[in-house]
Amino acid sequence: MIRKVRTHPSQNEALLFERSSPGKRAWQLPELDVPAVDAAEVLGAANVRAEIEGFPEVSEVEAIRHFTRLSTWNYAIDYGMYPLGSCTMKYNPRINEMVARIDGLAWAHPYQPEALAQGAMEVMARLEAALAEITGMDAVTLQPSAGAQGELTGILLIRALLEKRGNPRRKILIPDSAHGTNPATAAIAGYSVENVKSTATGVLDLEALAKSVDRDVAALMVTNPNTLGVFEENIVQAAEILHAKGAMLYMDGANMNALVGIARPGDFGVDVMHLNLHKTFSTPHGGGGPGAGPVAVKKVLEPFLPAPRLKKVRGKWAYDFNRKRSIGRVRAFYGNFGVLVRALAYILAHGGPGLRNATVDAVLNAVYIRKQLEPYFDLPYPAPNMHEVVFSDERQAKLGIRTGDLAKRLIDYGFHPYTVSFPLIVHGALMIEPTETESKLEIDQFIDAMISIAKEVETDPEMVKQAPHSTRTSRVDEVLAARKPVLRWKPA
Amino acid sequence: MRYLPKSDSERRQMLDACGVASAEDLFAHLPEAVRLRRPLELAPGISEYEIVDYFRQRAAENASEYASFLGAGVYRHYRPVLVDTVVSRGEFLTSYTPYQAEISQGTLTTIFEFQTMLCQLTGMDVANASMYDGSTAVPEAAMMAARITGKHRALAARSVHPEYREVLRTYARNQGMRVEEFGYAKDSGAIDLEDLERKIDDQTAAVIVQSPNFFGVIDDVKAAAEIAHRRGALLVVLFTEAVSLGILEPPAGADIVAGELQSFAISPSYGGPYAGIIATREKFVRQMPGRLVGQTVDTHGNRAFCLTLSTREQHIRREKATSNICTNQALIALMATVFMTVYGKAGLRELALQNTAKAHYLAGSLKPAFSGKFFNEFVVRAGNPDAVNKALLKKKIIGGLPLGRFYPELSDSMLVCATEMTRRADMDEMSQVLQSMAAAEVLA
Repeated sequence: MIRKVRTHPSQNEALLFERSSPGKRAWQLPELDVPAVDAAEVLGAANVRAEIEGFPEVSEVEAIRHFTRLSTWNYAIDYGMYPLGSCTMKYNPRINEMVARIDGLAWAHPYQPEALAQGAMEVMARLEAALAEITGMDAVTLQPSAGAQGELTGILLIRALLEKRGNPRRKILIPDSAHGTNPATAAIAGYSVENVKSTATGVLDLEALAKSVDRDVAALMVTNPNTLGVFEENIVQAAEILHAKGAMLYMDGANMNALVGIARPGDFGVDVMHLNLHKTFSTPHGGGGPGAGPVAVKKVLEPFLPAPRLKKVRGKWAYDFNRKRSIGRVRAFYGNFGVLVRALAYILAHGGPGLRNATVDAVLNAVYIRKQLEPYFDLPYPAPNMHEVVFSDERQAKLGIRTGDLAKRLIDYGFHPYTVSFPLIVHGALMIEPTETESKLEIDQFIDAMISIAKEVETDPEMVKQAPHSTRTSRVDEVLAARKPVLRWKPA
Repeated sequence: MRYLPKSDSERRQMLDACGVASAEDLFAHLPEAVRLRRPLELAPGISEYEIVDYFRQRAAENASEYASFLGAGVYRHYRPVLVDTVVSRGEFLTSYTPYQAEISQGTLTTIFEFQTMLCQLTGMDVANASMYDGSTAVPEAAMMAARITGKHRALAARSVHPEYREVLRTYARNQGMRVEEFGYAKDSGAIDLEDLERKIDDQTAAVIVQSPNFFGVIDDVKAAAEIAHRRGALLVVLFTEAVSLGILEPPAGADIVAGELQSFAISPSYGGPYAGIIATREKFVRQMPGRLVGQTVDTHGNRAFCLTLSTREQHIRREKATSNICTNQALIALMATVFMTVYGKAGLRELALQNTAKAHYLAGSLKPAFSGKFFNEFVVRAGNPDAVNKALLKKKIIGGLPLGRFYPELSDSMLVCATEMTRRADMDEMSQVLQSMAAAEVLA
C-alpha cells in the first residue's frame, strides 16, 4: 500500500524553441540616455553577427509557465526525503537564500576596493575561522569551487610541500571504496593511483597499508567515515604509518556530517581535507551545483595555500597576494562567495551545540533505518554505521531484481532513490543517507516503503522490474541516448 | 534547533528501537583518541532575525549606493525578476544531479535547452551542462586540446584575463603541459599575430585567445585560427562578457569555446558562484569534460532526457576520466537559461546594442588607449589610476580597474566598463574627474 503519494495530472510542455514565434517578447529595455550607435560602424561590419538562429522568442507568461511546468517534473528535498548516500541531502534553509541576495553582498564586485569590501571579507574570515574550529585544522582556503576542486587543491598542496622537501613522489594511495573524484583528482595532479584493499570489515587494512607506503607514496586519500558509513577506527595508526615514511594523510570530507562536534580530523592525524559546503553546511544542491569546496590544512601546508590570503592590517581586512610558495590560483577571484554566505548563515543558526545536535540526529536516523531494514536486506559490512548505511541487493538479486530496480520502485512510493551501485566494494549497493532533517514520520514511511518493496520482490518481481509506474516519464532508454547522441535541439 | 524535526519523545522512541540507552552510545565505537571532549568554540545558535541583521551589517560595510565602472570579467547587468522566481522553486533549488531521469525531467530539460542555446550563441555543435566558471573552463579546454592533439604546449595570449592565466598555470604545472604566452599589439590592444607566429610550434596543442579580450578589444579570431590550424594546434576562444554574443560574430574558426556566463543574470556576488561552459565541434565530444544531457525516449515512446556519454566522467572512468569535475553549476546555468529566455533573439541583440552605445558614449570623452574596436569596456590612460579612483570615490563612484597589478607596462592605465545599467550622469561625472585631473597634471 502506497500511503505517501497519489498521482495528479502534470502539465505537458514543449521546448522553448517549439513555443517560439517571431516577435514575441518577455523583455523591455529603458530608453537609451545616450545616442544610439551604428553597430557596423563602431564594432566593425565584419564583427557584427546575423540574428541568432533558433534562439527563443516567447512571452513573459509563457516563460514563467514553461519553467514552472518543468519544475513539477522534478523530485526535490522540499517534497520529501532524498536519501542519496554520500550527498547529504538535508533541508536548505530559506534564510540562507535571502541573506545571499542582500544588495551589498550580491552586487559586490570582486575588484571593488578593499576598503569597500570589508563586510565581504569579514564574512569570509569568520567562515574560515569556524571551519578551522569544526575540523581542528590550522588554516582554511575558501577558494575551491566544489569538492573535486578542493581535492585537487589539497593534493597540489601536498605536492608543493613534498617538492620543497626535495621529492614530490609518484603515487597516491586510494582505498577501493573511494569516490571516483579521488583517483581522477590524483591523475590531474600528476600522480599515479594505487588502490588499497579494505579489510573484511570494510575499513582500512593497516597491514596492507604499511606494505604499500614507501618513499614513492605522497599521500593516502581517505574518506572518513568511509563510503560504507563506517568510521575508520584505525585512522590514527594509519596517519602514523604515513607520517613515519614522510607521506601525508588527505581526508575527503564528503561525510563530515557524521563528525561535526563529535570528532575533528585535525585531532586524528589528517594533514589536509576538503569540505563540501553543499552537503554538510546545507547550501542548496541546485540540481547539481553550485557547491563550494573549502580546504583545511595543518600549519605545515599553510604557506602553499592559493593566493590571495586574507590578513588583518591595522584593524582592516586586506589581501596578501605576495605568497611566494603558493600553489597559485585554482580559480579566479576568491571562491563561490554566495555559497560561503549561505554556509555561514547555517553555522550561525546552529551555533556550536546545535551543530553537534544535528550530527547526533543524522547518525540516529541512519542507525534507526539500519535496524529496521536489517531483517529485509543484506548488510555486507556489519560494523557500526554512522550517518549512512549500505545494504546490498544480494537477497533480491536471487529473484532477478537488482538495486537499480528497487530504487525505481521507491519512486512510486514517493521517495527519491538512495545512491545506487556505490560504493563499488559492495556488489549491488543500496547506499542510504537520511540526514538529520528528516522527521520520524518521514523515515518510518521510508522504512515501510522499503519493506513493502522487499515483499513485492517475492510476490511480483516483474512489476518491480518495470517500475516506476506512477511517474509522467517511465524508464528512459539510456543506451539509445549514448548510442545516438542528440545533445541539442534542432528544427525538424 | 528549528531545522531538526524531532521531538525528544520521538528521539527516545528511536533510540529504544535502536537498542541504545542514549545518543552518546551511538558513538561508543569511536576510539577515545579521536573524540572531541569539549563543545565547539562557536557561539550559540541565533534566530532568523539576528542572522538577517548580521548580514545586513556586513553588507553595509561594503560599497552601497556607488556607481561603478568595474568590469574585467564581472559585469553589472540587470537581472530580470523571473530569474530568481524560477531558481527559487524548491524543485530546482533542492534537487541534485539528475541521475534518476524519471523524476528529474525538469532539470534535464532545462539543461538540454541551455546546451542548445549555448550552441546557437557560440556557433559550436555541442555545449556541456556547465563548468565551475570561465577561469576553470580554460585549463579544462587546454587539457582537452592536449588529449585530442597528443601535444603538450599551450600558448595563451597575454590579453586573456590575467587571473584565468594564473589558473591555467596551476592546472598545467603537473600535467607535463608547458604554458607560454604571446603578446598584444601596443597600438590596437588586439593579439600580436606576428608574436603568435614566432612562438607557435608543432608541439603546440592549444592557442588560447579571448574575445572581446581583457582590454575589451574585439580580437581577430579568424587570423588566430588560421595560424593555429596551420601548425596543427587547436584554437580555444574564451569569452568573459556573454552579452557581447548578442551582437558580435560568434568565434568561427574556434575548435573549443570556453566561456563565463556571469553576465546572464548571475549576480557579481563578490566573485562567485558563476557558471562556465565548454562548447566544441561534434567530432571532439568524447574528449569533453563535464556533464552532458541527451535526448532519448521512455518505454512509452515519449521524448525524455538523461545524462549521457558519462563514460568520460570520473564516477565511471576514475583516474582515466576527462576531468575530475562532479558537482558543477546547475542552478547558475538555470539562471542563465531563464535570462536567455526572457531576452530571446531580439532582446539580447538590443541589450548588446545598448551596452555598445553606453560604452562608446563614455569613450567619446575618455579616449581609449587602444585603437582596436571594443564592445562595452576599454582601457584609458589615467596618469595615476589610484589617485583618479580616490577622487572618484569621493563622488560615490568606483572607477576603473588599475592595470598595473597585472600589466606593469600599463601602470598608468585603467580598464573601464559601461553596461545598460550605467547612467549618463555618472559617465559625465567620471569624465569630468578624469579630465580635470589630467589638466592638473599638465599644470604640475
